[in-house]
Amino acid sequence: MRHTINLFLMLAAFWLLNSGHYSVLMLSLGLGSIVLILFIAHRMDVVDHESQPVHLSTKLPSYFFWLLKELILANISVVKHIWLGNSSISPTLTTVKASQKTDVGKVIYANSITLTPGTIAVDLVGDKIMVHALLEENIQALETGEMNRRVCQVEN
Amino acid sequence: MLIGATLAILVVMILAIIRGIIGPTLYDRILAVNMFGTKTVLLIALLGFVMGRPEFLDIAIVYALINFISVVGVLRYSDSFAFKQPAEENQPEEP
Amino acid sequence: MDVAIEIMSAICLLIGSFLCVSGGVGVLRFPDFYTRMHAVGVTDTLGAGMILIGLMLQSQDILVIAKLVMILLMTLFINPTASHALAKAAIHNGLKPVLDNKERNNTESESSSR
Repeated sequence: MRHTINLFLMLAAFWLLNSGHYSVLMLSLGLGSIVLILFIAHRMDVVDHESQPVHLSTKLPSYFFWLLKELILANISVVKHIWLGNSSISPTLTTVKASQKTDVGKVIYANSITLTPGTIAVDLVGDKIMVHALLEENIQALETGEMNRRVCQVEN
Repeated sequence: MLIGATLAILVVMILAIIRGIIGPTLYDRILAVNMFGTKTVLLIALLGFVMGRPEFLDIAIVYALINFISVVGVLRYSDSFAFKQPAEENQPEEP
Repeated sequence: MDVAIEIMSAICLLIGSFLCVSGGVGVLRFPDFYTRMHAVGVTDTLGAGMILIGLMLQSQDILVIAKLVMILLMTLFINPTASHALAKAAIHNGLKPVLDNKERNNTESESSSR
């Protein structure tokens, strides 16, 4: 039930921000479309703790700010190596270990790896993530495990 | 500055098209199409501001969604036989 | 005050354009598919983000800002998924990445042939 209410609020916010018309007719049409989507989502059986991670919402913002900082640093390094040319890069393919317990945590970790330029999560099997990196330093930074630790904190 | 940014995005779109045309493997082409789509979203948003009509942003949102669906939709066929051939043929001679 | 916001917006747009052009150059310049994905990542994350932040600073309407934030969040959530799907399809169909020591030879032979 909590997840249904959360989905309803998200859809309502999305609809209100996108429409910008607040007459009674438009609002009732919006309500009708939201109810239709809720019905379809329930039929598809996708409304659960994985699609609506309400329990993570208090810890996610601080992680996002940390990720933003990492994102800017990674962007600077990749842009530097684009202009330095092909001889300065050292592409590497390795596997790193993900120590998250739930699937949501693993997905957050793999998506964070892909979001930072310079590293891409190629495959995720069990708790091993195959990572392709532009530079060897990126792999070393991943293996120190700070991002892994922070995602674990978000998860608990 | 808005017009300068628009021109820069157009240049990037041309670079993406070049990669899409010469790109040795199929995946390079899909990557170029994906990049082209993202840049189109930015271009629509910028053009809305250049022309003073922020309603263009609605189109940009819809385009972002269509772009994602198109890429994932093409990749759904990646298990088929036709996908495997070009990648393996191209592998030895192309870097 | 208005002038300060104008200047900040112009700086954001300038940085964003520079990052996008760098990513475009990287897509043409890097040696193989997987390294090109990193260049596309630059244009998709901070390049798009900076341009959208620059536009946010220029607009007064709250609905317009909300829509720009929505586009930014969509870009940030959707693009990793698409690139992961692409990389996974590529590696499952046997496209081998060019790794470090081999890659040096390839680029040398390529540059000598031009």
